Amino acid sequence: MKPKIVVTGLGAITPLGIGASALHERWARGECGIVDGAGACTDFEPKDFLSVKEVRRLDRFSQLAVVAAGEALAQAGWEDEPPYEPWRIGCVIATGIGGIQTVEAQHDVMRDRGAKYVSPLGIPQYMPNAGAAAVAMKYGLRGQMYGIVSACSSGAHALGSAMRMIQCGDADAVVAGGSEATLTTFGYACFNSMQALSPTGISRPFDARRDGFVMGEGAGVLVLEEESAARRRGATILAEAVGYGSTSDAYHLTAPEPSGAAAAKAIELALEDAGMSAEDVSYVNAHGTSTPLNDAAETVALKSALGVEHAMRIPISSTKSAIGHLLGAAGAVEAVATIETLMTGVIPPTLGYEVPDPELDLDYVPGEARPLTPPNGAGRVAISNSFAFGGHNVALALRRGSE
Amino acid sequence: MSTVTNQQVEARVIDALATFGPDKSQITRESTFEELDIDSLDLVELAQIVEDEYGVVLKGEDMKQLKTVGDAIELIASRAA
Repeated sequence: MKPKIVVTGLGAITPLGIGASALHERWARGECGIVDGAGACTDFEPKDFLSVKEVRRLDRFSQLAVVAAGEALAQAGWEDEPPYEPWRIGCVIATGIGGIQTVEAQHDVMRDRGAKYVSPLGIPQYMPNAGAAAVAMKYGLRGQMYGIVSACSSGAHALGSAMRMIQCGDADAVVAGGSEATLTTFGYACFNSMQALSPTGISRPFDARRDGFVMGEGAGVLVLEEESAARRRGATILAEAVGYGSTSDAYHLTAPEPSGAAAAKAIELALEDAGMSAEDVSYVNAHGTSTPLNDAAETVALKSALGVEHAMRIPISSTKSAIGHLLGAAGAVEAVATIETLMTGVIPPTLGYEVPDPELDLDYVPGEARPLTPPNGAGRVAISNSFAFGGHNVALALRRGSE
Repeated sequence: MSTVTNQQVEARVIDALATFGPDKSQITRESTFEELDIDSLDLVELAQIVEDEYGVVLKGEDMKQLKTVGDAIELIASRAA
């Protein structure tokens, strides 16, 4: 049997503030972190958390990752010393884009002053593995360490890869997550040209009026540990990471495959990996981007994977309604929000959802938060979806036992 | 170009190094780059600043010889003179 994996630490920096619980509590209260069409982490002042050297050496996406990892490690009780041999601790930090603020700034230097003035830190700050490197360096994690890049499913892929690393016996624990900081002129220009962003600046997933996503920034990091090792050290177990499924559309560079077949397959694989059936699922944290295409394809995929009847029975909400789309951080931040939901039993609503789309007929948790009530007193099981430009599909199955 | 004094170079170098991380009060001519946690990437940036300011080109092999802040100041001042 595959080793079980538990989550012992959560960290998040999001447009709703510093901390995993701030994300869930404020979202559940109906607060939205989107201001003027952007989900910026305005509470995050790097120098409050990092040394001058760290601030200077790290692009914002890495700064966010390091601080979110610090929160997760503190919750896991790792603050002073890791509980495992450093070679046995992995680190996988994903990003969709990498340090684009650095690229833009150094490109300006090259154009305005000349190539010889470009900073030697240009590439080391930009490189998409810089977040993983910074987290590993800061906390002394010396096992397998790398970045993962799969656009908006990057964060979820990081968690899935971390699960496999532990299950294959390559690590006792992995610090895993995703980070993104692309609220730049170039970032907006590109997504605007694609007509992917909401012209109204409103994120209202699944609503008939949805008109694109709202870009956000932030990071989410989780501490995953092999269950028996975690129990031996007396760790507090927050949730179990029970299933991971991942597929590819092999269809289009940006558009989701409309039948949702590959997305549905990812959900089915995650359930199969967890040894669970669709009826065990009591909540879905949707990818729910607020784009016309994603939310339609995701609805179709959920019906296909969970069965129409069960899909219509369970609550489905989108974190992006409260913080926007955090791109490569989204999957990890949303896994954090999902675990907080499982822990508290409070399902936050899809904010701004008011006008139903006749084609999209699931229960998207309009209005207010509501209690999570699994059928038959079973454990709480949630699916967290991530889909991405490029045709990546990832589903994670997360569980909080009834004990 | 007017002549650059050793003191001017010292002030500029210390200001630059202080932006890289170490506390300005820590930095003296005797400080080693190692104890200030100034590494090769920082020294490349210092070289860019120096070139911009004084037109002094410092190559990789020049930088490798430098152990202390004073070494850097002497080298820059001698080339700028």
